[in-house]
Amino acid sequence: MSFLIDCPNCGRRPQPEFAYGGSLGEDREPAMLDALSEDLYFNDNTAGEQLERWFHRFGCERWIVIRRDTRTNAVSGSWEGVDAP
Amino acid sequence: MRLPPRDGEQIDRSRRRTFTFDGRQVDAYAGDTIGSALYADGRRIFSRSFKYHRPRGLTCATGSCANCLMEVDGRPSVRVCTRPVEGGEVVRSQPLTGSLDRDPLRVIDRVGGPFTPAGFYYRMGIRPKAAWPYIERMLRRMTGLGRAGGKDDRRPPTEVEHRQVEVLVVGAGRAGREAAVRHVAEGREVVVVDERAEYAGLQVKGAEVLAPATALGIYEGNLVPVDAGDVLHRIRAERIVVATGTIDQPLLFDGNDLPGVMTPSAVKRLIGLWSVRPGTRAVVLAADDAAQEAADLLREVGAEVAEVVDMTGGARHAVRALAGRRGVVHAIQVDGRRIACDLVVASAGGQPAYSLLAQAGCTIRYDEARGIFVPDRLADGIEAVGSVTGQDASVVAPGTVTDAGKRAFVCSCEDVTVKDLRRAVGEGFDDIEIAKRYTTVTMGPCQGRLCHLHSVRVLARETGVGEASLGTTTARPPWRPTPLGTIGGRRMNPGKRTTLHDHHKRSGAQFVWTGIWRRPDHYGDAAAEIRAVHERVGLMDVGTLGKLLVRGPDALEFLDGVFPNRIATLKVHRVRYGVFNTESGRIVDDGTVVRLAEDEYLVTTSSGGVDQVYEAMLLWSAERGLDVEIVNVSGALAAVALSGPLARDVLRRVTDLDVTNEGLEYLGVRQGTIAGVPALVMRIGFLGELGFEIHFPSIAAEHVWDAIMAAGAEHDIVPLGVEALKALRLEKGHIIVGIDTDSESTMLESGIARMIAWDKGDFVGRDALARMNERGADRQLVGFVAEELPREGTAVIAGKEPVGRVTSARRSAVSGRVIGLAYVPASLAADGAEFEMDLGEGRRGRASVHLAPFYDPDGERMRV
Repeated sequence: MSFLIDCPNCGRRPQPEFAYGGSLGEDREPAMLDALSEDLYFNDNTAGEQLERWFHRFGCERWIVIRRDTRTNAVSGSWEGVDAP
Repeated sequence: MRLPPRDGEQIDRSRRRTFTFDGRQVDAYAGDTIGSALYADGRRIFSRSFKYHRPRGLTCATGSCANCLMEVDGRPSVRVCTRPVEGGEVVRSQPLTGSLDRDPLRVIDRVGGPFTPAGFYYRMGIRPKAAWPYIERMLRRMTGLGRAGGKDDRRPPTEVEHRQVEVLVVGAGRAGREAAVRHVAEGREVVVVDERAEYAGLQVKGAEVLAPATALGIYEGNLVPVDAGDVLHRIRAERIVVATGTIDQPLLFDGNDLPGVMTPSAVKRLIGLWSVRPGTRAVVLAADDAAQEAADLLREVGAEVAEVVDMTGGARHAVRALAGRRGVVHAIQVDGRRIACDLVVASAGGQPAYSLLAQAGCTIRYDEARGIFVPDRLADGIEAVGSVTGQDASVVAPGTVTDAGKRAFVCSCEDVTVKDLRRAVGEGFDDIEIAKRYTTVTMGPCQGRLCHLHSVRVLARETGVGEASLGTTTARPPWRPTPLGTIGGRRMNPGKRTTLHDHHKRSGAQFVWTGIWRRPDHYGDAAAEIRAVHERVGLMDVGTLGKLLVRGPDALEFLDGVFPNRIATLKVHRVRYGVFNTESGRIVDDGTVVRLAEDEYLVTTSSGGVDQVYEAMLLWSAERGLDVEIVNVSGALAAVALSGPLARDVLRRVTDLDVTNEGLEYLGVRQGTIAGVPALVMRIGFLGELGFEIHFPSIAAEHVWDAIMAAGAEHDIVPLGVEALKALRLEKGHIIVGIDTDSESTMLESGIARMIAWDKGDFVGRDALARMNERGADRQLVGFVAEELPREGTAVIAGKEPVGRVTSARRSAVSGRVIGLAYVPASLAADGAEFEMDLGEGRRGRASVHLAPFYDPDGERMRV
């Protein structure tokens, strides 16, 4: 992975400067386990656009949210904060 | 062989260079490559082929093929045709049996052919099974390319440079230069790279030129690693202009790999750049204008061109090159006529060098009319200019030569012939990807530069499907073979040091890595350091601790939502132990919380845990929408821990604070000065004796350290290392996160479950911990005593099954017994319960569970 992320504070930077913090999604109906276990251990594994949290570890040291297409790594939006814009 | 001076030659005849080849001195000029100098010196055989040990000579002179691989200064498989002569190089032919000119294993080529077709090792030597290791060893000895990791590799490690540019132009030919000039004129920052040495002095006004430097690939986000020999540039470009041109493709006829058979570009470069006449009597098999130009050039420099055979326009010829006694071409048969010659110029035409484009995501299609693959749809941010787009390029069909067979090499790197491909199709390997893996065609060091097109076309013809539907294999980086050391770069060991590091060094500290930190392990005698803490006093640098300042109106609510224990009851000027958990209830780190004021806290973390805790805290506070400010002050504050029964008497001499038991009670915190420096003093006892942890601005670290050491001189104060810390805390049964816990450990099983305040409301990891608490932990971390010292990580055994492991163990300096911590099944977590440890070599050791701290179980010594 070597795609670029637009940090709202620092501008366009290579992905290795950031730490992944999980995707933001709707709480779904638990499919296999109970709600707590699914919340803790299951990912949606979306093929397509999703909102995700990243921490700019080697930059502004702030959490941001980006919209990324998991198939192409194209980043189509980024915002400060930890919640969906 | 060197021609009289010519216009435009790259060599500087006034500057001579020499190097040695297989022990013999070779003369060269500045501007020569090792390959051109060897050719000028009369050498024709440059290497022996990988499998058949056939002699191979200078073929392309552009660094595309693998026929001139040699060992240069201990580094194997260097393409000498493009390696500039700097002078003094030690060049050796790649080690094989015998010598370059006489290789006894050539016999494989003469008699082995029918028995060793592509993939023969899949059939041969498989049964009996026991024979295979021997056969494999034999094959390994007989094949291969040079030796890796030679001791005499004198080249320094590669530096890695990260760069961002607006436009990167790959290829400094005419089209590449024009594109560079155009982008410079439009005001962009431009870097031009080219792998050819003759462009080393190239100037493009307004642009930077890197040459010889190879663009190894185009990765995600337009990242291009550029190998410039001693520097690897990792270039991020907004736009990439690919001007990689075309590559002369070999013509498929029997003997097309013989030394003396070369491409038109090799002829042009030998004459034009290095003024070397490639031969005296040449036959030109002309499939494109480049071959005609080469013929003209040969005549111009006085070589006889015996015949130019036109291979274009659907012509069909029977062609076969014949080797002389030395293995070098000495004649060619064309349609039954034998023509004596010492040079055959042959190419099937130029194939666009599209690999970088394909890696960037451009689509490639087969152009039926011209017989080449051409780039189709370009990806965003990528331009293609010049002949790489396919303009003016074409390649004649493999069928142009009618009788190409078992000596017509499609892939000279891997010794794959037309016949091998035919046979593979006959055996059912008719898909391009499968045939590639079976025959290894295109998998050699040329990376398909010379064999990819032909392999597709031969397979297409043999299988009867068209090239377009057969498709192509995936173009992958690197575009040119690259030593792993170049990609890895100089070995980096990022490490952190405290402000007292040099001080410790002068005191004779032996350092040890603890995570990213370099810390003193001991100062010569760890046992004496441990004794000093129990009997007198010791001083330890704990500046590695993480320190986070947490303040704001919601600071208390925030910390109570982070820690599993109660923070609300923590009074101002008091300190409390705390554990950080993940949402799934696993231990991340531990540390302390100090309440500095009503809305202000200092949270310390372990040495390695601060970054993780800081990130998580920022996330938790934002998720909860709390008004709290978190500042990482780890680097700003130094910290030392003063421990031992005489610690108070030492501290008293350097501070204005009242440090009596009444003035600074156990788990109390005061702000004052130490040796005149503002400091925070907390009374905690991680090491099991009376102890003070002192935090102060790190700029004053040496001053404070020296002052305390001077004040303690009367009591023979000693500096403490990590080994003393580990031993002393073990006596108390205190865990170290990361040593006594793993990524699955929870508070429920680490002997600290009683800290959890279940009734205080939500905290990080509460739901998961509650769920696990209902089920009950199935393992427990317990203290144990034993006779024999187990290694850390030793298995705890029940019957024959491993059921746990030892996380820490030491021989106690106090009791002389072996003490330790171990995970055991919950059923064994009772005082006096016995278990066994696997000490290795079939030996078992007995241990019994000891739940209370080993030393001072009631903690009286910390409270005095």
